[in-house]
Amino acid sequence: MFNRNYKEKTIESVLFSVSVLTVVILFLICLFLFRDSLLLFKETSLLDFLTGKFWYPTSVNRQFGLLPLLLGSLIVTAGAIIFAVPLGIASAIYISEIAPPKVAEALKPFIEILAGIPSVVFGFFGLVILVPIVKDLFNLPTGQTALTGSIMLGIMSLPTIITISEDAISSVPSTIKHGSLALGATRWQTIYKVIVPAALSGISAAVMLGIGRAIGETMTLMMVTGNTAVIPSFPEGILDPVRTMTATIALEMGEVPQGSAHFHALFAVGTVLFIITFLINLIADLIKKRYRFKVD
Amino acid sequence: MVKKFKIYTALTLLVLGLVFLGIGCAEKNSEGSSQVKETTSNAAPATETSAVESRSITLKGSDTVLPLAQAEAEEFMAENSDKSVTVTGGGSGVGIAALIDGEVDIAAASREMKDAEMKSAKANGVNPVETTIAYDGISVVVNPKNPVSELSFDQLRGIYNGNISNWKDVGGEDKKIVVITRDSSSGTYEYFKEDVLKGDEYRPDALTQPATGGIVGEVSQNANAIGYIGVAYLDDTVKALSLDAGKGAQAPSSENILSGAYPLSRGLYFYTNGEPSGLTKEFIDFVLSETGQSLVTEVGYFPLKK
Repeated sequence: MFNRNYKEKTIESVLFSVSVLTVVILFLICLFLFRDSLLLFKETSLLDFLTGKFWYPTSVNRQFGLLPLLLGSLIVTAGAIIFAVPLGIASAIYISEIAPPKVAEALKPFIEILAGIPSVVFGFFGLVILVPIVKDLFNLPTGQTALTGSIMLGIMSLPTIITISEDAISSVPSTIKHGSLALGATRWQTIYKVIVPAALSGISAAVMLGIGRAIGETMTLMMVTGNTAVIPSFPEGILDPVRTMTATIALEMGEVPQGSAHFHALFAVGTVLFIITFLINLIADLIKKRYRFKVD
Repeated sequence: MVKKFKIYTALTLLVLGLVFLGIGCAEKNSEGSSQVKETTSNAAPATETSAVESRSITLKGSDTVLPLAQAEAEEFMAENSDKSVTVTGGGSGVGIAALIDGEVDIAAASREMKDAEMKSAKANGVNPVETTIAYDGISVVVNPKNPVSELSFDQLRGIYNGNISNWKDVGGEDKKIVVITRDSSSGTYEYFKEDVLKGDEYRPDALTQPATGGIVGEVSQNANAIGYIGVAYLDDTVKALSLDAGKGAQAPSSENILSGAYPLSRGLYFYTNGEPSGLTKEFIDFVLSETGQSLVTEVGYFPLKK
């Protein structure tokens, strides 16, 4: 009896310490990220960093302006969302409400496979197939544009949006659905007047998580967006090359001397990225919680 | 309940302690390398003496030199099975920093040491000695459909610093030039900036590719693109331009690069602390030997003149 208790406690404590370790690791990552990025502001003021229009990290007159990178990330992500949200929600509605069970069961694994494709493969596909198509379609000097990145990113965030929206739609209580049908509403009316509004917070959370997935993506964007650190104009800048925050870190970390201002600037970009993803996840979480209240 | 809580607390503290212990160690190392520039205390002379006696040396630096150094080290170790040469990349700057820090015996570089690096080496008690081991050529490439087949050095500079944006200004069609460059970690990026741009900035709207393969890919698809790559990477999908630096247009052929007539050729260097000695000397002598230099050709670079 004692022996069994002892075993149980050991297992419990091991599991507990492992989960605590996760928190500790997260905490330490934040600590190092913030510490190293704060060192940048010994050389550059915070305002110059946040509002600077030029990113010239290796010049004699070096400038660390975040704006081109931040706006680059935003324009690509916005494009991806415009492309992925209607498609994702439509697929989720089809799979959970309209498709015959057999078709839905056959479709789901494919969506999961889409989530499992490595981003470098998406990047390669984009570079070889999509870049020339975009170039010829819009008659541009180069096909490596924000739009190309948006399309690739949209495809990549589809699985997140579909899976989570589908969860939200399926967990709308069937009583509500049956009630609507019983009142004489057609299937389509039930979907867009009852089910989608009931699942709306879940769907919004799915969209937020999709944005979170998109803004942190690196490899694919580095391969297809051209990486030009200039502020994109809006909205026609979607057809110009852009550079995202993630791509900047990945491109420049290779030979940046440790402890230099450039090194700290890359950390500062990382911190901005971290704060953005953190906020997005937080919002997604809040929306999700509200949604739980509604259904109960 | 209380007992359970105690066990958890103890375990948590233990885990925390271990984590911080690990961080403590890592901290020391990273501080060590980041403070290189300021400290004047030196660990460097110790490395020099140990290299004389030891049977293994380390080499670190340029990614351009990496395939060559790797091939040389493999051949060297095949001939001398009791000796070992460890080769790592990371970039010219990384290798030179490691040499200054006394971490490696040889720093490989695809550019000459900068004055600032020389200064911090001297301040650290390190006396870098340069050995040229091979030559590399940089070719400027365009799409095979592009009618332009030669550029003067000023035109090339204009294209890359933003003064020239249309192919018709350099004898081509009326099309916007799509300028492609490497990312700033590349030694080729630095070399090109120094030798072609001569201190100017790259135009901000240039496309930045993370690898030479990306440049070849875009140039082979895009009739308006221009990029620069190592001569070893030339293939049929792109066209190498002849360059004119005042002595007539020269193609990036191996004769022109070896004779120095082609303007974009550079040396590949090994840096050692003081004159090479012991195993370091043995290895460098091997690289400079006939066998070593034939490997240079095999890897795709150009051997030293005999």
